Amino acid sequence: MSSTRRWQHWLLSDSPASPFQAAAGRTYLGLAEFLKNRLAVFGLLIIAALILIAFFAPYIAPCDPLVTNLVNRLQPLSAAHYFGTDEVGRDIFSRIVWGSRLTLYVIGLVAIIAAPVGIIIGTVSGYFGGLIDTILMRITDIFLAFPKLILALAFVAALGPGIENAVIAIAITSWPPYARIARGETITIRNGDFIKAIRLQGAGPIRIITGHIMPLCISSLIVRITLDMAGIILTAAGLGFLGLGAQPPSPEWGAMTSTGRAYIIDHWWLITMPGTAIFVVSLAFNLLGDGLREVLDPKSDN
Amino acid sequence: MLQVDNLHVIFGHGLDLNHAVKNVSFTVGQGESFGLVGESGSGKSTVLNCIAGLINTWQGEIEIDGERLSHRRPKSFYRKVQMVFQDPYGSLHPRHTVDRTLKESVNIHHLGDANLRVVKVLGEVGLGPQFRFRYPHQLSGGQRQRVAIARALILEPEILLLDEPTSALDVSIQAEILNLLQDISKKRNLTSILVSHDLAVVSHMCDNILVMSQGATVEALSCDQLRSGDIKQRYTRQLLVASKGYDRAAIDQFQDY
Repeated sequence: MSSTRRWQHWLLSDSPASPFQAAAGRTYLGLAEFLKNRLAVFGLLIIAALILIAFFAPYIAPCDPLVTNLVNRLQPLSAAHYFGTDEVGRDIFSRIVWGSRLTLYVIGLVAIIAAPVGIIIGTVSGYFGGLIDTILMRITDIFLAFPKLILALAFVAALGPGIENAVIAIAITSWPPYARIARGETITIRNGDFIKAIRLQGAGPIRIITGHIMPLCISSLIVRITLDMAGIILTAAGLGFLGLGAQPPSPEWGAMTSTGRAYIIDHWWLITMPGTAIFVVSLAFNLLGDGLREVLDPKSDN
Repeated sequence: MLQVDNLHVIFGHGLDLNHAVKNVSFTVGQGESFGLVGESGSGKSTVLNCIAGLINTWQGEIEIDGERLSHRRPKSFYRKVQMVFQDPYGSLHPRHTVDRTLKESVNIHHLGDANLRVVKVLGEVGLGPQFRFRYPHQLSGGQRQRVAIARALILEPEILLLDEPTSALDVSIQAEILNLLQDISKKRNLTSILVSHDLAVVSHMCDNILVMSQGATVEALSCDQLRSGDIKQRYTRQLLVASKGYDRAAIDQFQDY
C-alpha cells in the first residue's frame, strides 16, 4: 500500500525532477481518465485478446487451419470442433484464430502507410498555405472523389488479387481524411502565439512542423484512425468476400463468410462464426476510439 | 541601435485595404527603453511585429546597428532580437515542459550547455528548479510570463520587444513582472521597446515614448515631459487621464480621435 502511495506521489508530483517523470505523470493522468470509461476498457481488452490470440495462434488453434478432411465436412459445433467444420472439413475455430493474424496484418499495415502520409501532407499543406496548400489539397480532393471501395476494387483488379494488394488499395483510399484533419488542426494552430514564438527563436519549418505542430495533431488523428479501424477491417473483409482480398485457402474472415454464404440455410455456423469475429473486433475498435477521444481530445485539456 | 524610418504597413487589397501603419519613424538608442503607446487598433503592435519579422507587408526602413533589415531574417537576427508576447496562456506550447521550451532555442542555435543555460535563465527570472519540468497548465499566468521572458533571454539578445507583457495578468502580478523586466534590462544593458495602452506602465518603464493613434504618430515625448505634464496633443492628455483609472466625469468628456 505504502509503495503504491509512493508511486502515485511520484507520478503526481508538482515539481517533477526529470522530463521522464513529467511525461510519466501526464500519461498516468490520461490512463486514469481512460480507465474511468468502462466500455473503452472493454474494447481495449478485446483488442489485447486479439493481439494475444494472433501471437499465440499455433498454441491456441487445435487443428491446422489449412488441412482438409472431407469425411468430417460441415460438422456442427461440438467439443472436438468448437465452431464446427466448413465445407471441406477444416476446423472453423482454428481458421478464425489464424485469421486474426491476417486481420492485424491488414489494419497494422494500413495504419502504418496511411497515417504518416496523411499527417505529413496535412501539416505541410496547412502550415505553408498558399500555392503548396492548393496543390496538395486538390490532390487530396482527387483521391476523396473516388468511391473508396470502387477504387480499391480497381486497384486490386489491376495489381491482381491478394492480401498485400488489398492493403495497398485500402491505404491509398484512406489517407485523404487524415490529411484533411491534420490540415484543419494545423490551420488553427499555426497562428497561435507559441508558433510565432518558436519562429522568433529562429526555428525552420521542418522543426516547427515536426516538433510543434504534429504533436498537437496526432491525438485527434489517433482517435480518427482507431475509429476507422473498424471500417478498414470491414473493407478488407469486403474485398475478401468479393474474392479480391486474401485468396483461398488462407483463413481470412471475409473470405470465410463468402464461402459460408452458400451454406447459410442448413449450416449457419460457416458464416456466423467469422461474421461474429469481424463484428466483435470492429466494435472493440469503435469503443476504444470513443474512449481515446475523451482522453486525447486537445479541446478537453486535463 | 534601432532605427525605424517611414514605416508603412498595408494589409489586404481593394476594398479590404487597411493602411494599418502610416509613416512612423523613431530611433531607439543603445540601452534605452522605448515606449509605444496608443489605444487598441492604433498599430503599435503591428510596428513591433514588423521589427520582429512576423509581418512581411511593410515598406520603409528598419535598421539595427546601421544594418538594414530585409523582409526575410537570417538566423543570426533572432539571437539579437527577441520578443515577449502579450498572452502567456497562448505563447507557450501546451504539450512541452518548461525545460523543453527553453532548450529548443538553445538547440536551434547549437549553443551547447543546454542544462546549465536553462537553470541559469530560470533563476534569473525568479523561477526555482522545481518549475523546470512542469507543463504550462501547471503554472500560473505570472509564472508562464516569466517562462516566456526566460525564453526570450536564453539567446542573450541585445534588443527585447515587449508586446503588452502585463496586460493579460492580474494587477498584483503586473508590478512584479514590470520590476523583473526593468531589473533584467538594467543588468544586461538591454535595449527594449515596450508596447502598451497604459501610459502609467510606460512612464514607469521607459525613457522615451511615441504616442500613436489610428496608425499614425501623434507625438513623441520624453519621460520627463510626460511626468511634468508638458504634453502638446489632447489625445495624449486623454490617454493619461484614462490610465489613472475609471472616472465617470472624465470619461464623459472624452472625444473620439
